[in-house]
Amino acid sequence: MPFLRKLLPKLSLASTLGLALLLASCASESGGLQSQKIDLIKGRGKLICGVEGKLPGFSFLGSDGAYSGLDVDICKAVAASLLGDPSKVEYRDLNSSERFAALASGEVDLLSRNTTETLTRDAAGGNGLSFAPTTFYDGQGVMVGAGSGVKSLKDLAGKPICVESGTTTELNLADRMRELKAPYTPLKFQTGDQTYAAYLQGRCLAVTSDRSQLAAKRTNFPDPAAHLLLGEVLSKEPLTPATTNADPVWSDAVRWSVYALMQAEELGITKANVAAKLALAKANPNQADLRRFLGVEGDFGKTLGLPADFVVKEIAAVGNYGEIFDRNVGPGSKLKLDRGLNRQWSQGGLIYSPPFR
Amino acid sequence: MPRVVRSSLRKELFANPIDGLVSVLLISGVGAAGYGLIHWALTQAQWVVIQANSTLFAVGRYPIEQQWRLWLLVALVAAATGLSWGALRGLPQRDRPITAVWPRNDRIAAIVLVALCGWAPAALGLAWPIQARWWALTALLLVLRWLAGRYASRLRKVATLGLPLLWPLLYLVGMVLIGGGLGLVTVGANEWGGLLLTLIEASFAILLSAPLGVVLALGRRSSLPLLRWGSIAYIEFIRGAPLITLLFLGQNILGFLLPGGLAPDRIWRAAWILTFFSAAYLAEAVRAGLAAVPRGQLEAARSLGLNLPQALSRVVLPQALRIALPATVGQFISLLQDTTLLSLIGLLDLLGTARSVMANPLYLGKSAEVYLTLAVLFWCCCAALGLGSRALERRLNPPTLGP
Repeated sequence: MPFLRKLLPKLSLASTLGLALLLASCASESGGLQSQKIDLIKGRGKLICGVEGKLPGFSFLGSDGAYSGLDVDICKAVAASLLGDPSKVEYRDLNSSERFAALASGEVDLLSRNTTETLTRDAAGGNGLSFAPTTFYDGQGVMVGAGSGVKSLKDLAGKPICVESGTTTELNLADRMRELKAPYTPLKFQTGDQTYAAYLQGRCLAVTSDRSQLAAKRTNFPDPAAHLLLGEVLSKEPLTPATTNADPVWSDAVRWSVYALMQAEELGITKANVAAKLALAKANPNQADLRRFLGVEGDFGKTLGLPADFVVKEIAAVGNYGEIFDRNVGPGSKLKLDRGLNRQWSQGGLIYSPPFR
Repeated sequence: MPRVVRSSLRKELFANPIDGLVSVLLISGVGAAGYGLIHWALTQAQWVVIQANSTLFAVGRYPIEQQWRLWLLVALVAAATGLSWGALRGLPQRDRPITAVWPRNDRIAAIVLVALCGWAPAALGLAWPIQARWWALTALLLVLRWLAGRYASRLRKVATLGLPLLWPLLYLVGMVLIGGGLGLVTVGANEWGGLLLTLIEASFAILLSAPLGVVLALGRRSSLPLLRWGSIAYIEFIRGAPLITLLFLGQNILGFLLPGGLAPDRIWRAAWILTFFSAAYLAEAVRAGLAAVPRGQLEAARSLGLNLPQALSRVVLPQALRIALPATVGQFISLLQDTTLLSLIGLLDLLGTARSVMANPLYLGKSAEVYLTLAVLFWCCCAALGLGSRALERRLNPPTLGP
């Protein structure tokens, strides 16, 4: 078919041109800091935030019907920074199978649901998410009795360890112990409940699972203080809020709203002193860094499509990252998790905000 | 122990040595389990998780300042229950005379009701004003029951006309009270939860799937090929897919198919899917009923000069639906229980709320208390449906057939 053969290149040229035009128009739409998502959220007057809803310390319903937890506080912080009010959030409980579809179809604006950041989830050819900074570095941990004398994984050589069978947890433990050349006796159980029951009966010296999970289970033990989490972490589970990568302006706004929480901790700005710091910044023209961070001068907010005082609003609403951590999963909560990897970079942790400049 | 009881016990449980052995084993097994449960419930269980979250279990995240609307609705339901109950006893029926305005069963029911409403709120440690409200509601129900039983026969016209209208009207009023509109503040569907959401979803699906099921059953038996094959395809497609698959489909796909906020809220999406699902099963129950009505009935009705709709609605369907009633109510009960699947798609129905409450670090590990409470609540709802259906069966059976 010579006719078709002649037509095809033309067709493909035309379609390429059309696609380019389409892309260009899309780019120009979002390039001038026009974010459909931000406009939509502002018009609606509330942020729709996808949470897990059933995870101790991260998101759960309090007796008064209010959501709380670390993931929930991230929703509140973003709502405060964009809309100026942390209560303007509508929460959607999402299960793990529908979370990405809910984000992609626009049913939720922000996914703050203990989601591990991975390549396939981030890639445009995968789930096409745009990840904000990691808000909780979880990972597989090991719990032992405080009086057992076990200080590290190596001390567990030749000892029985309780694991849930058929989980990645089991495989990670086997890999790590082989690396350490420390043979051990795995005691495998079908369910989490059986595993912890066996540990409490003393049938094994240690039990392994995700650290946040171990800490949550520990709160139920007869004597929670008698159990310790070892410092070693066997796997990487960076739990990270996400948006779709369809609207880069919105993704950046979320990203820097989260960074602001971390930067505030680094600068020592807390929920309690943010008003005082703001007054200080206003009165003192020499405090250029603080003035820019709190939106007294410069146009950080405008650059992101957020109000100028977004940092102040956020911190006043939920406090800085350290306060959020302590309140929900740290010493101020029943989980009593150690900061561990979630310390500020200046103290040897991974919480690191790029400069606000 | 009276001799009659003793002899019947002996006959039923200890007729011969093997019977006796089995009886002793079974009774001691059941007894030990029952003792264990009661011992646990009274001494070890920490019911504070239920006390502290009772509002959450009942209505979910419904705004506190609007909860008076739900109380009003409960009061209206109590009033309507009292009126209907009294009128059913007080009105002379076509097929039976008024025997007694307060038969023995009714007296027992009233005593159980009073005991339950006196004990349960106190046992749950609810606040005084709320306890008082439950007492007032019980009193309202019983007073109206008494009044209606006494005066229904005098106001016969009003009662026979009003009663059938009362419940549909109440349902509409209830939806307005719950959701808002007509001058009331709107309370979005995503703020409904707990038992409230479970009951809304179940009642919505039950009410809409019943007519849809009848239409599908008639369609499947129709002589028009398009209608027949359409109905068959629909029924077989729905019955071929598990409910949870359809629910996931609705939650995940509809958002893409109907963009821009056209898709109904996910609560209503789930309600419609429950409806469509249940309709397919109901259609089969009704079809069984239709098949049990002899062909001659339809032919006789037609030969008397009734047209098809008249023959169906006056002769065939009343008989078919009566036969299909037990299967239909069975479907309704399983529909009520199927609403627990909504917790898997992230809705805060009774089970979803419970799972969320159990994640509260304050109540970690209190799952036994929570699940037991849920089981009792579901049992109450399903038992009510079952009781209602048995009463309806007795009433619908022609006197010559029924016991």
